[in-house]
Order: sequence, then structure tokens, then C-alpha cells
Amino acid sequence: MANFYLDNKDLQYHLGHPLMKRIIELKERNFADATEFDYAPQDADDALDSYKRVLEIVGDICAEVIAPNAEGVDHEGPRVVNDHVEYASGTVRNMEALNEAGLGGMTLPRRFDGLNMPVTCFAMANEMVARADTGFENIWGLQDCAETINEFATEEIKARFLPRVSAGETCAMDLTEPDAGSDLGAVMLKATWDEAAGVWRLNGCKRFITNGDGDISLVLARTEEGTKDARGLSMLIYDKRDGGVKVRRIENKLGIKGSPTCELVFNNAPAVLVGDRKMGLIKYVMSLMNAARLGIAAQSTGLSEAAYREALKYANEREQFGKPIAKFAAVAEMLKNMEAKTLASRAMLYETARFVDIYKQLTHISHERSLEAEERQEMKFYNRLADGFTPLAKLFSSEYANEVAYDSIQIHGGSGYMKDYACERLYRDARILNIYEGTSQLQVVAAINHVTKGTYLEQILRYEENPRTEATQPLAERLVELRKMYEAAVERVEALDKETQGYKDFHARRLVEIAGYIIMSHIMLRQAGELEEDYLNPTKIFIKYATKKINEAASYINDSETSDVELFRH
Amino acid sequence: MEKVTKIVVMAKQVPDTRNVGKDAMTPEGTVNRAALAAIFNPEDLNALELALQMKDRIGSATVHVLTMGPQRAADIIREAMFRGADGGYLLSGKEFAGSDTLATSYALSCALRKINPDIIVAGRQAIDGDTAQVGPQVAEKLNLPQVTYAEELVEIKEGEATIKRRLERGSETVVTPLPAVITVNSSAKECRPRNAKRVMKYKYALATSELATASDKAKNFIEERPYLHIVEFAAADVNPDASQLGLSGSPTKVKKIENVVLQAKESKTLTAEDKDIEALMQELIASHTLG
Repeated sequence: MANFYLDNKDLQYHLGHPLMKRIIELKERNFADATEFDYAPQDADDALDSYKRVLEIVGDICAEVIAPNAEGVDHEGPRVVNDHVEYASGTVRNMEALNEAGLGGMTLPRRFDGLNMPVTCFAMANEMVARADTGFENIWGLQDCAETINEFATEEIKARFLPRVSAGETCAMDLTEPDAGSDLGAVMLKATWDEAAGVWRLNGCKRFITNGDGDISLVLARTEEGTKDARGLSMLIYDKRDGGVKVRRIENKLGIKGSPTCELVFNNAPAVLVGDRKMGLIKYVMSLMNAARLGIAAQSTGLSEAAYREALKYANEREQFGKPIAKFAAVAEMLKNMEAKTLASRAMLYETARFVDIYKQLTHISHERSLEAEERQEMKFYNRLADGFTPLAKLFSSEYANEVAYDSIQIHGGSGYMKDYACERLYRDARILNIYEGTSQLQVVAAINHVTKGTYLEQILRYEENPRTEATQPLAERLVELRKMYEAAVERVEALDKETQGYKDFHARRLVEIAGYIIMSHIMLRQAGELEEDYLNPTKIFIKYATKKINEAASYINDSETSDVELFRH
Repeated sequence: MEKVTKIVVMAKQVPDTRNVGKDAMTPEGTVNRAALAAIFNPEDLNALELALQMKDRIGSATVHVLTMGPQRAADIIREAMFRGADGGYLLSGKEFAGSDTLATSYALSCALRKINPDIIVAGRQAIDGDTAQVGPQVAEKLNLPQVTYAEELVEIKEGEATIKRRLERGSETVVTPLPAVITVNSSAKECRPRNAKRVMKYKYALATSELATASDKAKNFIEERPYLHIVEFAAADVNPDASQLGLSGSPTKVKKIENVVLQAKESKTLTAEDKDIEALMQELIASHTLG
């Protein structure tokens, strides 16, 4: 029996990461649930064992149900019937299997029927689901909307919606509109208070809404009449059971065709407010987006895994000139680089997820009691890292997914261009990953602040303190050299930016990428130190690749005068 | 108090013979159990699903798995609990070793007399023996009606079940009084997956003999949670006639096992024209390959 968890040693390695102990401690609060819930763990080992078993269930369903359905779903796609979405038949079967397995509220507290698992484990589940069917991951992965409800809504609202998510109802986040894409401050969907009914009423339209006909939708809407910017926006929940929203159309997309991307029309649809008015975009969407970006990083890593495996399989089976094409140097190098990028994506993803877990749990605890000074320190520390690492994880993993999918077709040659192999679907599916939930360009906008504020440099210096083995020492020294190049590049750019405004913006992506390459190299290197057999070679390969990319970016920066700002102005 | 319908699923742990390698058979011609993974017999999983559907519809019902086998067969009881069963019975002891289908059905029927279920469900057959005899023999021994090749539960109500059976050329729907023995075909719905909460809840479940060698911590843990204790019957617990158990109760003797090697002898090339296809159809019907 194939299993996407058991066949992936790298995933298993990340579940065993030392920080998981601290995450479990925070997540389980002295294992108090054990007296109340028969499925709650008794201690840390028990919790970790449960995580592993649950991930095995996910891995089984991914391999046995979701992956075999992926091609059919891609062809069939969803459709609009009587103003609502009807999923492809394979999608329905996928949901059934996951719901029978009780995987609806993976991270939610047990009092809302959730499994109370860390975000890290949820990301692992998402990664496996995406490897099986990238488009389907959108629908299932949207359960993380419930995290935002859990963090900011009242007890009453939580009690109304969260158990339904645990039972397998799907979610959506209705943010974008025809004239409000990346610029969400321009959202115009109107929310007006209906005094008689005691609810908000939503009117207007939303566009590009993933799973727009989901059971529970978080809607960004303008509650403050007459306002035009972010300060007039609030977050509301629309319950499909109440009615009032029609699906006008499903977009016909290049890829992720099983995931219904909807245009919605709200006609007096009732809704309840989450948290405070006017904080919709400023606070809640930011939280929602950070979780969603981590979700895309997981989705991207899953796609890279699938595309790499497809290529590897084909390259071993396909013979030309009397031997498998994997034996030819040009193909072998591609395969090795694909593997290294996939491992680096995963390393970055789970490093970020662990930071998110710690700070999120401390945040939840801070709502229950006041934190000790040390805990407050810890929360701040990991919050900063999570904020800094999330855009990096999304940026790199989504770009890598595209590169790995591209190379996967290349290795398949002419056959890969035909519809007969999965690599063509993966290639189409990959293309959205560096666009939605903030394009790569917008990830750079979020990340550049952490270049300036020093978040990345501080963490790189911490990584430099990691213990080394004989085999990793020379690589670590290389990374120190690269870090010095990074510092020099930042220094040059900041100095010239003072002379010419816009110079830093011009080089932002290059600086962010240099930082990202060094960070990923360090995480990989730590793994290589712990498990030389599995990680040393891919780490060497990745660091070679990173060195090349960093040299390229640094050389561009060193060669760039302030006049470039004008040269590239449009 | 509302009546609780007691459903028992007879299941078997079998060597996985579906993807066998060279070492699947011993030189003596018996199954090399050491080389093959021990799995839940596939059609018994279909049977478990049918039983769980019965429970879903009745509401007030329990599903328990009964299996005869060595201690490690408790694995399939745990597996069933992960998927929805309430518990299980492990029938284990050296007296049962070497049982053929007659001795197996005798031993199971003794255990079933003790358990006294309202409905008995089983897979059609196990993939190690492929006899499909145990279910029907149990029904005969307990003097119960039997429905074989069950594919779908159409309806279940007090004292009566309506079942769709898979036949060679179609299906038929029958109504059986309960209690009855129902054996389930592989064409029935696949078993539901493991459920996350159930796995977390039942992962420490142990059968009596496993519990005996467990740590004190595990013993205390299970003592506080009786639902984690898998009932284990030894031969003496089910009051059998010893002469009908194990080898002495097994008249079946395997004389010889031969490997069958299928060889393609000839091939024929056909065009896609109607007359060629028609001729092939006639030939296949004449040779009884079709129809």
C-alpha cells in the first residue's frame, strides 16, 4: 500500500525536529485535555506518536484516493448548477475520505472537536495532499480559515462555526474584487447593519474566490460608509446555510482546474462580524494571509515533490542509446538540482511552520493568562522570525515548484509535452503558486523590511553558531563568506538608496534572494550535520547552486549605479 | 432500556498474497508467512464496512470483530477499532493450530455461542485459502440463515435485513430474518479509512495476553479505560469439544501443491472490422469463454 507519509523520509525527519517538543508543550498546556477527552495525549511522546499516526492516515488517503483521482478531476472540473458549485466527482470522493478520517479541524482545539495538532503537522498534511492533487489542496487546506476565527472571534461565533469545520465543512476567504486584487484596501463590497434582523447585510461582488461556494466564508467588506481605504474594512462570516450568495461563474483556468475559482454575487446576504470593526484588512486579513502563505509554501513543496518523483521515475525507465536517461550527466544534474530544491523548500517550510507554531500558541496562551516575562520574550522572538520567514518560504517554494515542474517536463522530453503524463498537469498547476496569496513581487515587499531591520542577518548569525561536523565545516565556512557578501550588498544598496530614492526597491528582490539562499543553506546544513547519509550530498548541491545565485545577484548589485533607477523606470 | 443490536464481524489476519515475490512459497509448497506482510483480509474489510453501515443506520448497535489466530492477530482488531469497531474478541491458543475450514468454523461458532450476536458478518473468503467455506459453515453450525456474496445493505430493521447480492450475471435482492450470517463480496463498498480521533483513542488497546507482558504503566492505563481491553478467549473459555479443534478436527489433508505456469501458445491478429469482431465473439461463445 502506497503511503505519501511513509515513503517520504524527509517529512518524517521534520516531524522529529527538536523544536517539536516545545511546540507540543505549548499546544497541550500540561496535557490537561487528557482528563476530558479520550483522544488527548498523556505526554509529549504520546502526542508525537498520535501526530505520526494521523499523518499516516493522510498519507494513505493521498496515495490511495486523492492521487488516483487527480487526472479525472483535472479533466472534469467543477461546474455551476443552480447558482452553486458542483465539484468534480473525484473531488467529492476525496472530501468523503478525508471527512470519514475526521481530518476537518486538524489544528482546532478539542473543545471544538478539533485534533489540536500543530500548524507544522497541518502543513505536512497539506504538502501531501498537494503532492496528490495540487488543486484539491486549495479546497481542503482552506480549513485554516478556522484558525482566524479561533483567534479573533467571540466564543459564541467560535461555538457556532468551528465544530462544523471539524466535521468537514469547507471554508473560503472572500477578499478580492474586480478592482481590488493585490490592493485590498480598495475592496468595495458593502456591509450594512440590519437593525431589525440584528445582522450585517452584504451586497456586491467578489472575484477570483477559491472555493467561493464553501460552507463558511470569511468576507472582507466595507462596513464604514463613505470610506475608501483599508480603515473602512471589516471581517465578517457568511454562512452558506443562510443563503444570499450566488455563484455567477467559475473561471476557466490554466491549472488547478479542480479548484473552483468563483465570481460571487452577494444579495443582502446575512453575516456576522469577526472581532472589531475597521480591523478587517489591517489585522485579520494579515493574519489570514500569513497562514495562507504558509499553506501555499506547503502546496508548492508538495508539487515539487510530485514533479521530481515523476521525473525520476521516467528518467530511470526511459532508455535511449542503450541506457536509462537518468545515467546521462545532463539529466542527472537536473534531477539532483530538482531534489535539492525540493528539500530546500521543505526545510524552509517547516522551519517557518515551527516558528509560527510557537508564537501562535503563546499568543493563544496570552489570551488565557498573562505571560511570564520570559514567555513574552519568546513570543516576540518567534513572531518576528515567523513574519520574516513566511514571505521567504512562499517566495522560494513557489518559484522552485515552477522550476521543478518545468524541468520535469524537460526530462520527459516530447512525451512530457503530451497529455499522457502527469508532469504537464503539474506544470500548469504550478503556475499559480507564485501568483496567488501575494505574487512573488509582493513577497519581496514583505521580506525587504526584514533585510533592513536585520531579522535575516541576526538569524543567519545564530545559524552560524550551530555545531559542525567534519563534513559540514567547509560548507559552513563557505556560508560565512556568502553572509559577508550579503552584508556588503545590503550596505551598498542602503548607502546608494540615501542618494537616490528607489534604489533599494530596485534591488529588493536580489537582496531578499541572497538572504533566502543563505538561510535555506543553513537549515539544510544543520540537517546534513544530523543525518549526513541523507542530507550531505543534497546540501552540497544546494549550496553550490546558492553560491552561483548569490554571486549573480551580488555582481549585479555591485555593477549597478544609481542611474539604473531611471534606466528601468517605465 | 433501548435494545442494543450486537453485530460481530468475523475477520482473519492473512499473509498479503496479492503482490508476491519469489519467496512467497516454501519449498514444501506452503505459504511462507515470514516473507509476507500480515494484513486484514481484504473482503473482511468490506464486511466491516457493511457492519458499520448497519450500525450507522440502526443507531443503537455495537460492532465487534472476532478473529481466531495468534496473539499478533490482535492487530486487525485494533485496525477495525481505528475504522469504527467498538472492540473485538481474539480467539487464541495452540489447540486451534492447524485448523482447516471445518475446525475453524467449529471454533468460531463456539465463540459466537458465547458472544450471542444479533448479526454476524464476514468476508466472502480469505486470500490465503480462497475457500469461502467458513462463513457458510458457521451459519450451518449455528443453524442460522445465510446470505452470501452480499454487496449492499439495502435496508435493516428490527429482525430483518434486506441485502443485495452479487451474482455471476447480475444481482438479486433478498430479505433475511435476523440473526443471520452475511458474507460480503469484494464488490461491496470499500471500508472507510482509519479515523484520526479513533486512532488516538484506541492505539493503546491490548488483548489479554498482550496485556500480561505490558508495562505497569500500560496496565494501569487500560484498567482505567476498559474499552481498551480486547477480550481474549482461550479454547477452554468457549467450551468446545476438543476433538473437533485444530488438527484433530481437520479432515482436510493437502496432498500436493503444484505451480501452474500459464503459457501463451498462439496469437491471432484481428482487424477492427465488424466481421472479424463478430467471428471472434462467436468463437469465444462457442468455447464458453464468454456467455
